[in-house]
Amino acid sequence: MMGRILLAGVAAAALMAGTAQAQGISGDKVKIGVLNDRSGLYADLGGEGSAVAARMAAEEFGNKVAGKPVEIITADHQNKADIGSSITRQWLDTDGVDVIVDVPNSGVALAVQEITKEKKKIFLMLGPATSRLTGDACSPTGFHWAYDTRALAVGTGRAMVKEGGDTWFFLTADYAFGHQLEADTMAEVKTAGGTVKGVVRHPLNSSDFSSFLLQAQGSGAKIVGLANAGGDTINSIKQAAEFGITQGGQKLAGLLLFLSDVHALGLNVAQDLVLTTGFYWDMDDEKRAWSKKYMEKTGKMPTMVQAGTYSAVRHYLKAIEAAGTDEGLAVSKKMKETPVNDMFAKNGKILANGRMVHDMYLARVKKPGESKGPWDYYQILRTIPGDEAFFTVEQSGCKVTG
Amino acid sequence: MGTVFGIPPQALFGQLLLGLINGSFYALLSLGLAVIFGMLNVINFAHGALYMLGAFVAWWLLTTVGLGYWPALLVAPLIVGAFGILLEKTLLSRLYKLDHLYGLLLTFGLALIIEGMFRHWYGSSGMPYPIPDALKGGQNLGFMFLPNYRAWVVVASLVVCLATWFLIERTRLGAYLRAATENPVLVQAFGINVPVMITLTYGFGVALAGLAGVLAAPIYQVNPLMGSNLIIVVFAVVVIGGMGSIMGAIVTGFGLGLLEGMTKVFYPEASNIVIFVVMAIVLLLKPAGLFGRER
Repeated sequence: MMGRILLAGVAAAALMAGTAQAQGISGDKVKIGVLNDRSGLYADLGGEGSAVAARMAAEEFGNKVAGKPVEIITADHQNKADIGSSITRQWLDTDGVDVIVDVPNSGVALAVQEITKEKKKIFLMLGPATSRLTGDACSPTGFHWAYDTRALAVGTGRAMVKEGGDTWFFLTADYAFGHQLEADTMAEVKTAGGTVKGVVRHPLNSSDFSSFLLQAQGSGAKIVGLANAGGDTINSIKQAAEFGITQGGQKLAGLLLFLSDVHALGLNVAQDLVLTTGFYWDMDDEKRAWSKKYMEKTGKMPTMVQAGTYSAVRHYLKAIEAAGTDEGLAVSKKMKETPVNDMFAKNGKILANGRMVHDMYLARVKKPGESKGPWDYYQILRTIPGDEAFFTVEQSGCKVTG
Repeated sequence: MGTVFGIPPQALFGQLLLGLINGSFYALLSLGLAVIFGMLNVINFAHGALYMLGAFVAWWLLTTVGLGYWPALLVAPLIVGAFGILLEKTLLSRLYKLDHLYGLLLTFGLALIIEGMFRHWYGSSGMPYPIPDALKGGQNLGFMFLPNYRAWVVVASLVVCLATWFLIERTRLGAYLRAATENPVLVQAFGINVPVMITLTYGFGVALAGLAGVLAAPIYQVNPLMGSNLIIVVFAVVVIGGMGSIMGAIVTGFGLGLLEGMTKVFYPEASNIVIFVVMAIVLLLKPAGLFGRER
């Protein structure tokens, strides 16, 4: 008996020593797992496009980093936190995956963040929106890259109030993301002197919004804030036009609107919507060149999630090259030391809570007459400096730093 | 002016009307399912995919052939119906001798394949389909703004539902059909070609799904997922109404649309489960459904 306990103790000590000494590249391979919605309402804003963007980043390194090959695998979490968690566990525990990428749907991302935090693995978040991921749910190895609910609130929320939209009604997707976007925007509206007339929460992936829109109409609020995303936003905007919301003098605020949503809606319906984005392909030569390459592979222009995936994976691989290891905490440290400079962000800096701070843009959707063709959709109204758009570490409420 | 449970009555009327509009989709889709189940004893899980197909055919007709909404209302259901007949002839008809479950599995698999292909080709955000010019705009009813198109959907759906009910329950052709379900051998002995009748019935049920798809195209996006979003609710409607009961499908479709509309006012978070709560209660108290009869 005693012998057995001793043996177990020795084995445990050996294991611990093993992890402490682990250097270099684990499994002789850097394995990137792109986990997102590949079949549902968020598939077009991330989906296979994010995997393509990750591959484009790896190709820049010749699919090799620190002398070892880079491999990219994908999976569909179907917008379910339990499926996302079990894929993440399997990837990290048995498949030798080193980093989880994308994970739209804040509910799933919060669950994955718990696991990557516990296992000290890097988590590059592109699709999820909730600012909690770098707030109370932050992790030393979690990075939130393209945008978050706070930046959307500062961009679209503040701009709408400034233009006189001082009374709001929220139409909110009833889960982690919608709640946070509603809360962050509400705070911003109130700070700017506006009031909130009411809120209605709809289940994720609803198809009929007429009932909720009617309630928004009845509230008499000047602005109807859509705290939802993807297919939900598309149907909300489409049906708002049908029910004469805008003809009645109310304005829609699409708090999270992706290029893919505008493409699906068509400019006839989407024209003049104001939105906040972290990326637009037609802003400078570098972005245009990269986006053109992306378009050749996918037939679409990238959303901020897809372009951001490229940027985040590229930065991650650079950090491994510099650190000479793919061990989570070491890579995380290197990533935070290095400014982000690529076609996506100029002088982006990563805060201690994992927030990648970069400029955001307030844009307006063009009218059909102004657009020169497919994908010529945005007019950039204003650059929102990163420091203004995102929370500071103190404001974020993140307790873990590293 | 008072309130009803804290809601102004005007808002309540508005929501009731919206419930009726959604109910008309439920009714139209569950009608097709009820016809198919009632006559063929097939649980047609591909119904949602065929509804989606109807919307896509309308979109194709518009963007490639230039055929507008009104002709599409006739042509698209015919094309979807023909596709249904092809499915019945080549696949489904081989399973009639087996348990219901095989038909269910086959149609479920078909639905996954059809939806997967469309998602692969067209992505998940879908394509816009404009509202026809004649039905643009809307009426201000005082208590709400009613888009003309939605009013049209309710009327069209009611007419189609009642016509189908009349056809099956009140005409000679319908009588043959019902007789063929009860005793196919005897009906065949009277010189009626039962297999052809069954094929045409399936085609008709599927065409109803295609028609609902065309009606839905201008309201929702033309989206590969539009069917799978709806099909489970529609099945619940059929189960509540009583499998195979035509009138049951129609009444329950509209009724549950109203109920869902009310839920969206009083407790919006529960709006997508209220129908299933009703289904559970109905199954407990009346397992054959509200209008069904025990077999």
